[in-house]
Amino acid sequence: MTLQTIGRPTRPEGDTANTGFKSLTGARGLLQDEPLIFELGGWSKTGVDIPAAEHDASDLAGLTRESIPLPGLSEPEAMRHYVRLSQKNHAIDLAIYPLGSCTMKHNPRLNEKAARLAGFAELHPLAPISTTQGALALMDRLAHWLKTLTGMPAVALTPKAGAHGELCGLLCIKAAHEAAGQANRRTVLVPTSAHGTNPATAAFVGYSVQEIAQTDDGRVDLADLTAKLGPHVAAIMITNPNTCGLFERDVIEIGRLTHGAGAYFYCDGANFNAIVGRVRPGDLGVDAMHINLHKTFSTPHGGGGPGAGPVVLSAALAPFAPAPWVVSGPDGLRLVEEAKDEAARAFGRMSAFQGQMGMFVRAYAYMRSHGADGLRQVAEDAVLNANYIKARMTGIMTPAFPDGPCMHEALFDDTWLEGTGVTTLDFAKAMIDEGFHPMTMYFPLVVHGAMLIEPTETESKRELDRFCDALSALAAAARLGDAERFKGAPYLAPLRRLDETLAARKPKLTWRPEPIGVAPAPLAAE
Amino acid sequence: MRYLPLTADDRAEMLGVIGAPDIDALFADVPAAARKAELFDLPLHAGELEVERELAALAARNRPAGAGPFFCGAGAYRHHVPASVDHLIQRSEFLTSYTPYQPEIAQGTLQILFEFQTQVAALTGLEVANCSMYDGSTGCAEAVMMAQRVTRREKAILSGGLHPHYAATTQTIAHAEGMTIVRQAAAIDAEAAVIAAIDGETACVVVQTPNVFGVVTDVTRIAEAAHAAGALMIVVTTEAISYGLLKSPGEMGADIAVGEGQSIGNGLNYGGPYVGLFACREKLLRQMPGRLCGETQDADGRRGYVLTLSTREQHIRREKATSNICTNSGLCALAFTIHMTLLGGTGLRELALLNHSRARELKAAVEGAGLEVLTPRFFNEIAVKVPGSAAALVEALLADSVVAGVPYSRLDPRAGLDDVLLLAATETTTSDDIAALGAALTRRLGQ
Amino acid sequence: MRFTKDHEWVVLEGDIATIGISAHAAEQLGDVVFVETPEVGKTVKAGDSFAVVESVKAASDVYAPIGGEVVDANPVLGDAPETVNADPENGGWFAKLKVADASEYEALMDRAAYETFLQTQ
Repeated sequence: MTLQTIGRPTRPEGDTANTGFKSLTGARGLLQDEPLIFELGGWSKTGVDIPAAEHDASDLAGLTRESIPLPGLSEPEAMRHYVRLSQKNHAIDLAIYPLGSCTMKHNPRLNEKAARLAGFAELHPLAPISTTQGALALMDRLAHWLKTLTGMPAVALTPKAGAHGELCGLLCIKAAHEAAGQANRRTVLVPTSAHGTNPATAAFVGYSVQEIAQTDDGRVDLADLTAKLGPHVAAIMITNPNTCGLFERDVIEIGRLTHGAGAYFYCDGANFNAIVGRVRPGDLGVDAMHINLHKTFSTPHGGGGPGAGPVVLSAALAPFAPAPWVVSGPDGLRLVEEAKDEAARAFGRMSAFQGQMGMFVRAYAYMRSHGADGLRQVAEDAVLNANYIKARMTGIMTPAFPDGPCMHEALFDDTWLEGTGVTTLDFAKAMIDEGFHPMTMYFPLVVHGAMLIEPTETESKRELDRFCDALSALAAAARLGDAERFKGAPYLAPLRRLDETLAARKPKLTWRPEPIGVAPAPLAAE
Repeated sequence: MRYLPLTADDRAEMLGVIGAPDIDALFADVPAAARKAELFDLPLHAGELEVERELAALAARNRPAGAGPFFCGAGAYRHHVPASVDHLIQRSEFLTSYTPYQPEIAQGTLQILFEFQTQVAALTGLEVANCSMYDGSTGCAEAVMMAQRVTRREKAILSGGLHPHYAATTQTIAHAEGMTIVRQAAAIDAEAAVIAAIDGETACVVVQTPNVFGVVTDVTRIAEAAHAAGALMIVVTTEAISYGLLKSPGEMGADIAVGEGQSIGNGLNYGGPYVGLFACREKLLRQMPGRLCGETQDADGRRGYVLTLSTREQHIRREKATSNICTNSGLCALAFTIHMTLLGGTGLRELALLNHSRARELKAAVEGAGLEVLTPRFFNEIAVKVPGSAAALVEALLADSVVAGVPYSRLDPRAGLDDVLLLAATETTTSDDIAALGAALTRRLGQ
Repeated sequence: MRFTKDHEWVVLEGDIATIGISAHAAEQLGDVVFVETPEVGKTVKAGDSFAVVESVKAASDVYAPIGGEVVDANPVLGDAPETVNADPENGGWFAKLKVADASEYEALMDRAAYETFLQTQ
């Protein structure tokens, strides 16, 4: 034979136990450390080729600025910068994103494609109405779906996010009370478990906030509500299903009591995804409810927005809805932009233009895809998935409300961590090392060390099992006294735990150039 | 149903684990009267092709801005967005991520927000900026309420050059909180009236530049008058490209700058989603609304970013929060910052000069058609006086396939300015477009 | 030194009251990152919210234990809010008031009473 000894080794060699390995550059394999754009040196660079202007700006003498102190990057450099940064993010396309109350579900790409059709994406908000008939028709169809699904007679489409929708709803309520000579109603009742936006919004419109107690089974305390209702109350704001993931069994009675006291029932619709297609808020006595299109109707969260928060309204509140809105007339659809021209008593305007049209297109594409049957299945699967997690984790973790089913999210407290030395925060951070985004922590405030898990309907059983298996393994490790695994977590994320105290004590909110002659700070302090 | 992974077998098995006889058992807490057994009266599920067909048909009934000569502005502007911007914002890790509450696995979003804040601060000439607001108009309302918190005064003066939708939004939202909003009459050059209205009760003055009539204003004198009275100066800009050429709000004495960022990175989208830019002096930081991202370090001493100063916000402060806002316009801010990074200061300057140059060409064409241009100093938008109704003229020119701009009466029908037409030109406006407009105007007005 | 049930402390010297938050409160708050002290010249009544102390996770109102006019605010806290954690009952004081009615002071808990009160919490 001919003995061939040239070539590369084909088996791993070296110290496979060297877990404390650190690279020389700060990179972690293909995961690069990425400087700020201000440190990449493109102070005179641009990645866009712009034709020379034919006329100068001499007519603006004395009104122009000297310089714009911002760097630019060529297209390949910019691509690398943003793609490298993208790889430091978790995303719903990577794994379950079980944030209770946030509803991270799959974002269909058909919706993205539809929103980018030139007829929508390149449509100017003030283009002549005769050239925007398709857009108005889409808004009209979306409104029809939202009204049908909620059983409410009217909808204001313009609010730009859930909290903006709350504001819109409360402004309708305020206008209605004023119109009825009831302007002295200035208190809003809010349960202790409410989203922070509810009391913030009430204060925003000049109302004072009073809290309603919660019963031991996680619902509004009717006796406390009855005691607090009165001629000074403008509205109650209740989330249903509530932030404990439970349906308010007495919701019809809550509505009856509220109306009996002359107040309006505002429903925070953040959790509408649990009941869409099965239950209509209009049948529950609701007067106004915002719908987070980015939750129930799958428009992307985009790292924190944009949202969209249309508000459905009862007949009593509908006349006060803000401009603009779509009406149909002899020449097709038109947009009422100045409410005072009409008989309506609109309270004003929520923003420039017509609302989050790009989100309307996406949400409508989603609704049409699912249809009446699919949307009902959405609610059923969302509730089924949450109850499955609750069932699998009961006995390992402690459900905050063990009796009866939950809706779209399962709430646990930290009783099961007692004596392990591991906190809710530690446990959540250790989940990152296992490849999962943590659940919502320490919310709602009514449960100690809360862990709120919302899987949504777009998780497969396989993914739910993988998730529950990981939680179970971590729980076992906590009970075995492996506290170090939790206290130091995460170990494997792009960064370890961050110092939020430092950030808040000495706020550094913008990059500032170093004094001339001094090199920029090193990228990663070693 | 393509978006739902569970099979019938999965569902049966999972109900078994739960110990529920059927799915209805999980909805047992819903009052019987509100449980709907039947499907709602809406169409059933549809395939991708079918849905796409319906949406494409709707889109086809709209005339996109690029379909022909097009001169609408008035708060939303058609600009060219580099192809790489839309590609990047559609990456899963950006599109399908949430608010960066777990910073260890959200450094991408957070570092970008830090860069965005720095860019906005530099463009506006102020020290700090937030992660963005819903849009310029709501940002304007928030700025006015912030001025109330800072000065503990209740009166805001809105210049007659402020976009009427911004004024209406501010009036609605800030008035609800109890402020007195003094909205001045529409005026092409509003400087003197604003200065005259400032008094010891004034929390802030709000001035737009370039204003809704396109007028570029050096607000330095207004800022001095405001400061002398203990009021804050708020400068609004609806065309963010103008930051590339004009004196920055900070340079002119602004305490708070609000901008509509749509022009950079974002499409027209029939009015939204857009991105509100919000910057202020550092000393006002604690009263700022919205999210802030700050630099810090991790347990190993490596540089990183977190959301910070959250105690101003609704999820902690509840009814004492600086605002009820719970989102930023994340994806639109991302598009803004990517486009801005591609441009750099150099590219933005060139782009701004090109916009101004096109507008000079537009002005010449409009004057050539015998019309009076009302805007003495403009960036990329002019107000023009037309014979009769501007709305009627725009309708008439549609027959020539020219979208001639926005009649001022559409923004504010009660101002008595029915004969004022607002026209904008950007880098997307060609000389042919301008020639077509000039010819169409000459033909219509000659009749 | 006297204490309130809301965990403020007061030391009265002549008609000048120095006010801060108790060591117990500072420990419960965790890392203090910001303190909003009252404006000098402002008049407050006992029980009025007159300052704010913030940790990363919470913002808490601080109530005046005693009425009077604010004559001084601790300048150190602006740049070094961590002083509240390091030295809560001395260097971490919030404000000094010129007291109108010294009898309000006598009505507050002494340290022993406060310690007992904490036991019951």
